[in-house]
Amino acid sequence: MSDISSQAPLSWREWLMTERPGSRTQARLGRTYTTWLRFCENKLALIGLAILILLLLTAAFADVLAPYSPYIGNLKDDRLLAPSALHWFGTDDQGRDILSRVIYGSRLTLFVVILVAIIAAPVGLLIGTVSGYAGGWIDAVLMRITDIFLAFPKLVLALAFVAALGPGIENAVLAIAITSWPPYARIARAETLTFRNADYIAAVQLMGASPMRIVLRHIMPLCMPSLIVRVTLDMAGIILTAAGLGFLGLGAQPPLPEWGAMIASGRRFILDQWWVAAAPGAAILVVSLGFNLLGDGLRDALDPKEEGR
Amino acid sequence: MTAALEVRKLGVEFNGHKALDDVSVSVARGESFGLVGESGSGKSTLLRAVAGLAPVSAGTISIDGRELRRGKRNRAFYREVQMVFQDPYGSLHPRQTIDRALLEPLAIHGFDNTENRIVRALEEVGLGKGFRFRYPHQLSGGQRQRVAIARALVVEPSIVLLDEPTSALDASVQAEILNLLEQTRKDRKLTFVMVSHDLAVVSHMCERLAIMQGGHVVETLPASALADHKFEAAYTKKLFEASEGFQRKVHTEAPA
Repeated sequence: MSDISSQAPLSWREWLMTERPGSRTQARLGRTYTTWLRFCENKLALIGLAILILLLLTAAFADVLAPYSPYIGNLKDDRLLAPSALHWFGTDDQGRDILSRVIYGSRLTLFVVILVAIIAAPVGLLIGTVSGYAGGWIDAVLMRITDIFLAFPKLVLALAFVAALGPGIENAVLAIAITSWPPYARIARAETLTFRNADYIAAVQLMGASPMRIVLRHIMPLCMPSLIVRVTLDMAGIILTAAGLGFLGLGAQPPLPEWGAMIASGRRFILDQWWVAAAPGAAILVVSLGFNLLGDGLRDALDPKEEGR
Repeated sequence: MTAALEVRKLGVEFNGHKALDDVSVSVARGESFGLVGESGSGKSTLLRAVAGLAPVSAGTISIDGRELRRGKRNRAFYREVQMVFQDPYGSLHPRQTIDRALLEPLAIHGFDNTENRIVRALEEVGLGKGFRFRYPHQLSGGQRQRVAIARALVVEPSIVLLDEPTSALDASVQAEILNLLEQTRKDRKLTFVMVSHDLAVVSHMCERLAIMQGGHVVETLPASALADHKFEAAYTKKLFEASEGFQRKVHTEAPA
């Protein structure tokens, strides 16, 4: 067991892939890199990632990319124009450029998706792991609460919440978050049950670790991969629910360029001026597809069964 | 002299099934004590009950004369008593580096100078610095078990519970691990309680042993008694013959 330190300078790739990492950071980076390599094997997942990076860039540079204002149209001349060189996606009934509205709408979509993810996923993770690890009456109480939420159709429950809280994009986010944590809690609990009796958890107990420490530092990291995958796959559903609420007039309020609301306003002339509803519809389709492809790729890359290969 | 570990009239029940019934053993400080028996005899359960991992329904467990409260163990107990598990593939967290596995007990017990302690713990079990930041899946079974031993020893316990520490390893690695355990026991003057179904391993490692069957201690005897065939209980005799008999068969069936 001699100390093999690098004599010759290593390439960054060798440094990442080394069997004998020299520091915590190197070990972590090496692991991330192998996961990345596994992810790259899936070409469709890379397409998904590309779509989402495109979405991020679009949202970030909406001011630069959008050729017109998303709010102010020309009611006199530009109402319901077909796609042309001037207006790539045409214009809507208020004479606004649809391309600009779709570009600005990406911000709202990201806003909804990210907020729901950072509210619902941690709540579900915490409830699921605590429930699975504690067992007994804590498990029973937490899981019955989860069951109550699961017993309602998601959109209907979200509708009820928005109706109670008042329409608006923030309340729509809140309502979607409240209705989407139960599946995460279920997954986290199921995962926790599979290793709560494992020797390595018993070993941590024998070190004298508190239950909170065990749940936070030893169980949660093990639940993360399947949860990340599930959340990514759910993103498409979240976008659709947000669009659905927008469509019903309970999500984003006019004149916000939310994609669901745009489809709703376009449905009145869907037969004669199809582009009004088609452009935001296509945007929802592409972004949902991107999240689904990414989720599939992550499932393969993060699968714990692939560990050690 | 008070015993390092004293178990009196211990009972353990799993859903009405009595895994341990009226078990009493006493292990002196610095002693290496073996628990032998067939599968299901309750030897591992006894060890887990001491560690606080099995539901105790009757009796008492004392460490250094201090009786443990049932079910609850405090942090001081876990500094005093550590355990090495049977399966090295299941006892290391799959997503934590060796470094993290060794740091965790030090962090929990508030040790200072963790850097040096981790390096020293690894050296003590014969693993170099190169292993420190590896993940368990990058190690062999024997190396994993060394890490598990290092993890148990890093908090400087006085009593180490060994649950068949070598049964998942192949023969040559077994000998290495047993020698390592023997060496650390001498160096640190540890008290060992070792579970095994292998009489040869126990008689090599332990000074005294208890034979268990069906949740009871059948007989407690010094290891030398095994070699001299000085045992009283019928079951001990059967167990001994079973291990001997296997060897005899090998001799007679050897090609002429």
